[in-house]
Amino acid sequence: MATEAGPTASEYIVHHLTHLNTTGAAQKNIVDFGVFNLDSLFYSVGLGLFTVFLLYRAAQKATSGVPGRFQAAVEILVEMVSNQAKGIIHREESRRFVAPLALTVFVWIFLMNAMDLLPVDLLPRIWEAIYGAAGGDPHHAYQRVVPTADLNVTLGLSIGVLLICLWYNVKIKGFGGWVHELFSAPFGKHPLLAPINFLMQIIEFAAKTISHGMRLFGNMYAGELVFMLIALMGGAWVAGSGISGPLLWIGHVLAGTIWAIFHILIITLQAFIFMMLTLVYIGQAHESH
Amino acid sequence: MENVLGFVALASGLIIGLGAIGACIGIGLMGGKFIEASARQPELMNELQTKMFLLAGLIDAAFLIGVGIAMMFAFANPFVLTP
Repeated sequence: MATEAGPTASEYIVHHLTHLNTTGAAQKNIVDFGVFNLDSLFYSVGLGLFTVFLLYRAAQKATSGVPGRFQAAVEILVEMVSNQAKGIIHREESRRFVAPLALTVFVWIFLMNAMDLLPVDLLPRIWEAIYGAAGGDPHHAYQRVVPTADLNVTLGLSIGVLLICLWYNVKIKGFGGWVHELFSAPFGKHPLLAPINFLMQIIEFAAKTISHGMRLFGNMYAGELVFMLIALMGGAWVAGSGISGPLLWIGHVLAGTIWAIFHILIITLQAFIFMMLTLVYIGQAHESH
Repeated sequence: MENVLGFVALASGLIIGLGAIGACIGIGLMGGKFIEASARQPELMNELQTKMFLLAGLIDAAFLIGVGIAMMFAFANPFVLTP
Protein backbone atom coordinates (compact mmCIF):
# COMPACT_ATOMS: atom_id res chain seq x y z
CA MET A 1 0.00 0.00 0.00
CA ALA A 2 2.79 2.41 0.90
CA THR A 3 4.26 2.48 -2.60
CA GLU A 4 0.91 3.26 -4.23
CA ALA A 5 -0.17 6.83 -4.69
CA GLY A 6 -3.15 7.70 -2.50
CA PRO A 7 -6.54 8.44 -4.04
CA THR A 8 -7.25 11.95 -5.24
CA ALA A 9 -9.72 14.08 -3.29
CA SER A 10 -12.51 13.29 -5.71
CA GLU A 11 -11.76 9.56 -5.70
CA TYR A 12 -11.68 9.54 -1.91
CA ILE A 13 -15.10 11.18 -1.68
CA VAL A 14 -16.63 8.97 -4.36
CA HIS A 15 -15.22 5.89 -2.67
CA HIS A 16 -16.75 6.93 0.63
CA LEU A 17 -20.09 7.73 -0.95
CA THR A 18 -20.48 4.30 -2.52
CA HIS A 19 -22.62 1.80 -0.70
CA LEU A 20 -21.73 -1.78 -0.11
CA ASN A 21 -24.59 -3.26 -2.11
CA THR A 22 -25.55 -6.57 -3.57
CA THR A 23 -24.06 -5.76 -7.00
CA GLY A 24 -20.62 -5.04 -5.57
CA ALA A 25 -20.26 -1.82 -7.57
CA ALA A 26 -21.73 1.66 -7.50
CA GLN A 27 -25.44 1.81 -8.24
CA LYS A 28 -25.95 2.86 -11.85
CA ASN A 29 -29.58 3.88 -12.10
CA ILE A 30 -31.16 6.37 -9.77
CA VAL A 31 -34.04 4.04 -9.00
CA ASP A 32 -33.24 0.36 -8.91
CA PHE A 33 -35.28 -1.89 -6.68
CA GLY A 34 -33.03 -4.87 -7.32
CA VAL A 35 -30.15 -3.37 -5.36
CA PHE A 36 -29.89 -3.69 -1.61
CA ASN A 37 -27.49 -1.50 0.34
CA LEU A 38 -26.09 -4.09 2.71
CA ASP A 39 -24.21 -1.59 4.86
CA SER A 40 -27.27 0.55 5.55
CA LEU A 41 -29.33 -2.54 6.29
CA PHE A 42 -26.68 -3.94 8.61
CA TYR A 43 -26.15 -0.77 10.63
CA SER A 44 -29.79 0.25 10.83
CA VAL A 45 -31.02 -3.19 11.88
CA GLY A 46 -28.09 -3.57 14.25
CA LEU A 47 -28.74 -0.23 15.88
CA GLY A 48 -32.47 -0.96 15.98
CA LEU A 49 -31.81 -4.17 17.90
CA PHE A 50 -29.43 -2.24 20.16
CA THR A 51 -32.18 0.32 20.86
CA VAL A 52 -34.62 -2.41 21.76
CA PHE A 53 -32.05 -4.10 23.96
CA LEU A 54 -31.14 -0.84 25.70
CA LEU A 55 -34.72 0.11 26.50
CA TYR A 56 -35.55 -3.47 27.48
CA ARG A 57 -32.65 -3.48 29.93
CA ALA A 58 -33.83 -0.19 31.38
CA ALA A 59 -37.37 -1.52 31.81
CA GLN A 60 -36.16 -4.78 33.34
CA LYS A 61 -33.93 -3.22 35.92
CA ALA A 62 -36.31 -0.39 36.79
CA THR A 63 -36.85 0.06 40.51
CA SER A 64 -39.31 2.23 42.32
CA GLY A 65 -36.53 3.19 44.72
CA VAL A 66 -33.71 5.60 43.99
CA PRO A 67 -32.99 5.21 40.28
CA GLY A 68 -29.49 4.80 38.93
CA ARG A 69 -28.08 7.17 36.35
CA PHE A 70 -29.09 5.05 33.38
CA GLN A 71 -32.62 4.57 34.63
CA ALA A 72 -32.93 8.28 35.37
CA ALA A 73 -31.79 9.14 31.86
CA VAL A 74 -34.27 6.74 30.27
CA GLU A 75 -37.03 8.05 32.55
CA ILE A 76 -36.32 11.65 31.51
CA LEU A 77 -36.40 10.56 27.89
CA VAL A 78 -39.65 8.63 28.22
CA GLU A 79 -41.27 11.47 30.11
CA MET A 80 -40.17 14.00 27.49
CA VAL A 81 -41.61 11.93 24.64
CA SER A 82 -44.77 11.19 26.59
CA ASN A 83 -45.30 14.90 27.31
CA GLN A 84 -44.84 15.82 23.67
CA ALA A 85 -47.25 13.07 22.65
CA LYS A 86 -49.82 14.30 25.18
CA GLY A 87 -49.64 17.79 23.74
CA ILE A 88 -50.24 16.66 20.18
CA ILE A 89 -52.38 13.53 20.24
CA HIS A 90 -55.40 13.86 22.45
CA ARG A 91 -56.86 10.38 22.03
CA GLU A 92 -55.56 8.25 24.86
CA GLU A 93 -56.05 4.95 23.10
CA SER A 94 -53.86 5.95 20.14
CA ARG A 95 -51.26 7.40 22.44
CA ARG A 96 -50.67 3.99 23.93
CA PHE A 97 -49.27 2.93 20.56
CA VAL A 98 -47.96 6.21 19.21
CA ALA A 99 -45.93 7.40 22.21
CA PRO A 100 -43.73 4.25 22.30
CA LEU A 101 -43.44 4.53 18.53
CA ALA A 102 -42.18 8.08 18.86
CA LEU A 103 -39.72 7.00 21.56
CA THR A 104 -38.38 4.21 19.36
CA VAL A 105 -38.10 6.55 16.39
CA PHE A 106 -36.24 9.11 18.48
CA VAL A 107 -33.72 6.74 20.03
CA TRP A 108 -33.22 4.76 16.85
CA ILE A 109 -32.63 7.79 14.63
CA PHE A 110 -30.44 9.37 17.26
CA LEU A 111 -28.22 6.29 17.33
CA MET A 112 -28.13 6.05 13.54
CA ASN A 113 -27.17 9.72 13.31
CA ALA A 114 -24.58 9.26 16.03
CA MET A 115 -22.65 6.91 13.73
CA ASP A 116 -21.58 10.15 12.05
CA LEU A 117 -19.49 11.01 15.10
CA LEU A 118 -17.22 8.00 14.63
CA PRO A 119 -14.06 8.86 12.68
CA VAL A 120 -14.97 8.76 8.98
CA ASP A 121 -12.32 6.23 8.07
CA LEU A 122 -12.51 3.95 11.10
CA LEU A 123 -15.14 1.41 10.06
CA PRO A 124 -14.43 1.61 6.28
CA ARG A 125 -10.74 0.87 6.99
CA ILE A 126 -11.62 -2.10 9.18
CA TRP A 127 -13.94 -3.38 6.49
CA GLU A 128 -11.21 -2.84 3.87
CA ALA A 129 -8.82 -4.92 5.95
CA ILE A 130 -11.39 -7.70 6.40
CA TYR A 131 -12.33 -7.61 2.72
CA GLY A 132 -8.67 -7.64 1.69
CA ALA A 133 -7.90 -10.51 4.05
CA ALA A 134 -10.79 -12.46 2.55
CA GLY A 135 -9.14 -12.14 -0.85
CA GLY A 136 -11.12 -9.21 -2.28
CA ASP A 137 -9.75 -6.09 -3.89
CA PRO A 138 -9.58 -3.46 -1.13
CA HIS A 139 -10.32 -0.73 -3.68
CA HIS A 140 -13.81 -2.15 -4.03
CA ALA A 141 -14.40 -2.51 -0.30
CA TYR A 142 -17.15 0.08 -0.01
CA GLN A 143 -18.72 0.95 3.28
CA ARG A 144 -20.95 3.75 4.53
CA VAL A 145 -21.59 3.74 8.22
CA VAL A 146 -24.36 6.35 8.60
CA PRO A 147 -27.65 4.67 7.67
CA THR A 148 -29.58 7.96 7.79
CA ALA A 149 -27.25 9.45 5.16
CA ASP A 150 -28.84 6.91 2.81
CA LEU A 151 -32.00 8.23 1.17
CA ASN A 152 -33.49 4.73 1.09
CA VAL A 153 -33.47 4.49 4.88
CA THR A 154 -34.93 7.93 5.58
CA LEU A 155 -37.62 7.63 2.93
CA GLY A 156 -38.36 4.15 4.24
CA LEU A 157 -38.92 5.62 7.69
CA SER A 158 -41.09 8.44 6.39
CA ILE A 159 -43.18 6.06 4.28
CA GLY A 160 -43.64 3.96 7.39
CA VAL A 161 -45.01 7.06 9.12
CA LEU A 162 -47.28 7.71 6.12
CA LEU A 163 -48.70 4.18 6.34
CA ILE A 164 -49.42 4.67 10.06
CA CYS A 165 -51.11 7.99 9.23
CA LEU A 166 -53.31 6.30 6.64
CA TRP A 167 -54.15 3.54 9.13
CA TYR A 168 -55.23 6.08 11.74
CA ASN A 169 -57.17 8.04 9.15
CA VAL A 170 -59.20 4.92 8.38
CA LYS A 171 -59.42 3.88 12.01
CA ILE A 172 -60.62 7.21 13.42
CA LYS A 173 -62.87 8.40 10.61
CA GLY A 174 -63.92 5.09 9.15
CA PHE A 175 -63.12 4.24 5.56
CA GLY A 176 -66.17 6.10 4.25
CA GLY A 177 -65.49 9.13 6.38
CA TRP A 178 -61.92 9.28 5.24
CA VAL A 179 -62.83 9.01 1.56
CA HIS A 180 -65.42 11.72 2.14
CA GLU A 181 -62.75 13.91 3.67
CA LEU A 182 -60.35 13.22 0.82
CA PHE A 183 -62.89 14.66 -1.61
CA SER A 184 -64.38 17.44 0.50
CA ALA A 185 -61.44 19.02 2.36
CA PRO A 186 -59.87 21.62 2.18
CA PHE A 187 -62.18 23.63 -0.12
CA GLY A 188 -65.68 22.37 0.47
CA LYS A 189 -68.31 19.79 -0.39
CA HIS A 190 -69.33 21.01 -3.80
CA PRO A 191 -69.06 18.12 -6.33
CA LEU A 192 -67.22 20.36 -8.79
CA LEU A 193 -64.51 20.93 -6.21
CA ALA A 194 -64.03 17.21 -5.51
CA PRO A 195 -61.18 16.59 -8.00
CA ILE A 196 -59.32 19.71 -6.81
CA ASN A 197 -59.72 18.67 -3.19
CA PHE A 198 -58.52 15.18 -3.95
CA LEU A 199 -55.49 16.53 -5.81
CA MET A 200 -54.63 18.83 -2.93
CA GLN A 201 -54.87 15.96 -0.45
CA ILE A 202 -52.60 13.75 -2.55
CA ILE A 203 -50.07 16.58 -2.91
CA GLU A 204 -50.21 17.16 0.82
CA PHE A 205 -49.52 13.52 1.65
CA ALA A 206 -46.70 13.31 -0.91
CA ALA A 207 -45.07 16.58 0.18
CA LYS A 208 -45.28 15.63 3.86
CA THR A 209 -43.70 12.24 3.32
CA ILE A 210 -40.94 13.38 0.97
CA SER A 211 -39.92 16.43 2.98
CA HIS A 212 -39.99 14.32 6.14
CA GLY A 213 -37.46 11.89 4.71
CA MET A 214 -35.41 14.38 2.71
CA ARG A 215 -34.87 16.66 5.69
CA LEU A 216 -33.15 13.98 7.74
CA PHE A 217 -31.24 12.68 4.73
CA GLY A 218 -30.04 16.13 3.66
CA ASN A 219 -28.76 17.04 7.09
CA MET A 220 -26.93 13.79 7.61
CA TYR A 221 -25.53 13.66 4.09
CA ALA A 222 -24.20 17.20 4.28
CA GLY A 223 -22.74 16.49 7.70
CA GLU A 224 -21.03 13.33 6.49
CA LEU A 225 -19.58 15.17 3.49
CA VAL A 226 -18.19 17.94 5.65
CA PHE A 227 -16.53 15.33 7.87
CA MET A 228 -14.97 13.82 4.75
CA LEU A 229 -13.70 17.22 3.61
CA ILE A 230 -12.15 17.78 7.03
CA ALA A 231 -10.53 14.35 6.79
CA LEU A 232 -9.20 15.33 3.35
CA MET A 233 -7.71 18.48 4.82
CA GLY A 234 -5.86 16.30 7.33
CA GLY A 235 -4.82 14.02 4.48
CA ALA A 236 -3.38 16.96 2.56
CA TRP A 237 -1.02 17.44 5.51
CA VAL A 238 1.17 14.62 4.20
CA ALA A 239 1.34 16.16 0.73
CA GLY A 240 1.86 19.72 1.92
CA SER A 241 5.38 21.08 2.31
CA GLY A 242 6.92 23.71 4.55
CA ILE A 243 4.58 25.66 6.79
CA SER A 244 1.36 24.51 5.06
CA GLY A 245 1.74 20.99 6.48
CA PRO A 246 1.46 21.78 10.20
CA LEU A 247 -1.12 24.48 9.47
CA LEU A 248 -3.31 21.95 7.67
CA TRP A 249 -2.96 19.58 10.60
CA ILE A 250 -4.00 22.26 13.07
CA GLY A 251 -6.86 23.22 10.76
CA HIS A 252 -7.94 19.60 10.57
CA VAL A 253 -8.04 19.19 14.34
CA LEU A 254 -9.77 22.54 14.89
CA ALA A 255 -12.36 22.15 12.15
CA GLY A 256 -12.99 18.53 13.11
CA THR A 257 -13.56 19.43 16.74
CA ILE A 258 -15.85 22.37 15.97
CA TRP A 259 -17.90 20.47 13.43
CA ALA A 260 -18.20 17.41 15.65
CA ILE A 261 -19.47 19.53 18.55
CA PHE A 262 -21.92 21.33 16.27
CA HIS A 263 -22.97 17.98 14.88
CA ILE A 264 -23.93 16.70 18.33
CA LEU A 265 -26.58 19.43 18.27
CA ILE A 266 -27.65 18.60 14.73
CA ILE A 267 -28.06 14.86 15.24
CA THR A 268 -30.13 15.34 18.38
CA LEU A 269 -32.19 18.08 16.78
CA GLN A 270 -32.89 16.07 13.65
CA ALA A 271 -33.89 13.00 15.63
CA PHE A 272 -36.16 15.22 17.73
CA ILE A 273 -37.67 16.89 14.67
CA PHE A 274 -38.32 13.56 13.01
CA MET A 275 -40.07 12.37 16.16
CA MET A 276 -42.08 15.58 16.52
CA LEU A 277 -43.19 15.51 12.90
CA THR A 278 -44.16 11.86 13.26
CA LEU A 279 -46.37 12.89 16.17
CA VAL A 280 -47.75 15.92 14.31
CA TYR A 281 -48.62 13.93 11.19
CA ILE A 282 -50.31 11.18 13.19
CA GLY A 283 -52.07 13.90 15.18
CA GLN A 284 -53.35 15.39 11.93
CA ALA A 285 -54.80 12.02 11.01
CA HIS A 286 -56.93 12.30 14.15
CA GLU A 287 -58.41 15.65 13.27
CA SER A 288 -61.43 15.81 11.06
CA HIS A 289 -62.07 18.85 8.95
CA MET B 1 -15.53 20.10 -20.21
CA GLU B 2 -13.84 23.06 -18.49
CA ASN B 3 -16.97 25.10 -19.11
CA VAL B 4 -19.09 22.55 -17.37
CA LEU B 5 -16.71 22.38 -14.43
CA GLY B 6 -16.70 26.14 -14.08
CA PHE B 7 -20.46 26.39 -14.22
CA VAL B 8 -20.87 23.63 -11.67
CA ALA B 9 -18.45 25.39 -9.33
CA LEU B 10 -20.43 28.61 -9.73
CA ALA B 11 -23.67 26.75 -9.16
CA SER B 12 -22.34 25.15 -5.98
CA GLY B 13 -21.34 28.54 -4.66
CA LEU B 14 -24.75 29.98 -5.48
CA ILE B 15 -26.60 27.07 -3.88
CA ILE B 16 -24.69 27.45 -0.64
CA GLY B 17 -24.62 31.25 -0.64
CA LEU B 18 -28.26 31.91 -1.44
CA GLY B 19 -29.37 29.12 0.88
CA ALA B 20 -27.26 30.60 3.65
CA ILE B 21 -28.84 34.04 3.15
CA GLY B 22 -32.31 32.58 3.53
CA ALA B 23 -31.47 30.39 6.49
CA CYS B 24 -29.64 33.18 8.30
CA ILE B 25 -32.48 35.66 7.83
CA GLY B 26 -34.92 33.03 9.05
CA ILE B 27 -32.88 32.10 12.11
CA GLY B 28 -32.23 35.76 12.86
CA LEU B 29 -35.89 36.70 12.71
CA MET B 30 -36.92 33.76 14.81
CA GLY B 31 -34.17 34.23 17.38
CA GLY B 32 -35.04 37.90 17.71
CA LYS B 33 -38.71 37.15 18.20
CA PHE B 34 -37.86 34.48 20.75
CA ILE B 35 -35.75 36.86 22.80
CA GLU B 36 -38.45 39.51 22.51
CA ALA B 37 -41.18 37.12 23.56
CA SER B 38 -39.23 35.74 26.50
CA ALA B 39 -38.43 39.25 27.66
CA ARG B 40 -42.14 39.98 27.73
CA GLN B 41 -43.14 36.72 29.33
CA PRO B 42 -40.16 34.96 30.93
CA GLU B 43 -42.39 32.20 32.29
CA LEU B 44 -42.99 30.95 28.76
CA MET B 45 -39.29 30.63 28.02
CA ASN B 46 -38.87 26.85 28.41
CA GLU B 47 -41.93 26.06 26.36
CA LEU B 48 -40.88 28.46 23.63
CA GLN B 49 -37.33 27.18 23.61
CA THR B 50 -38.39 23.67 22.57
CA LYS B 51 -40.46 25.11 19.78
CA MET B 52 -37.64 27.43 18.73
CA PHE B 53 -35.19 24.57 18.40
CA LEU B 54 -37.71 22.57 16.43
CA LEU B 55 -38.21 25.45 14.05
CA ALA B 56 -34.48 26.13 13.89
CA GLY B 57 -34.04 22.59 12.67
CA LEU B 58 -36.79 23.06 10.10
CA ILE B 59 -35.26 26.32 8.83
CA ASP B 60 -31.79 24.85 8.77
CA ALA B 61 -32.86 21.75 6.93
CA ALA B 62 -33.46 23.30 3.51
CA PHE B 63 -30.10 25.04 3.67
CA LEU B 64 -28.26 21.92 4.76
CA ILE B 65 -29.90 19.86 2.04
CA GLY B 66 -28.58 22.51 -0.37
CA VAL B 67 -25.10 22.25 1.12
CA GLY B 68 -25.21 18.49 0.72
CA ILE B 69 -26.23 18.74 -2.91
CA ALA B 70 -23.62 21.42 -3.62
CA MET B 71 -20.92 19.30 -2.00
CA MET B 72 -21.97 16.35 -4.08
CA PHE B 73 -21.75 18.49 -7.22
CA ALA B 74 -18.30 19.64 -6.21
CA PHE B 75 -16.78 16.27 -5.39
CA ALA B 76 -18.75 13.57 -7.11
CA ASN B 77 -19.82 15.61 -10.09
CA PRO B 78 -22.67 13.89 -11.92
CA PHE B 79 -22.45 16.30 -14.89
CA VAL B 80 -18.94 15.32 -15.88
CA LEU B 81 -18.73 11.74 -17.02
CA THR B 82 -15.60 10.21 -15.58
CA PRO B 83 -14.08 7.61 -17.88
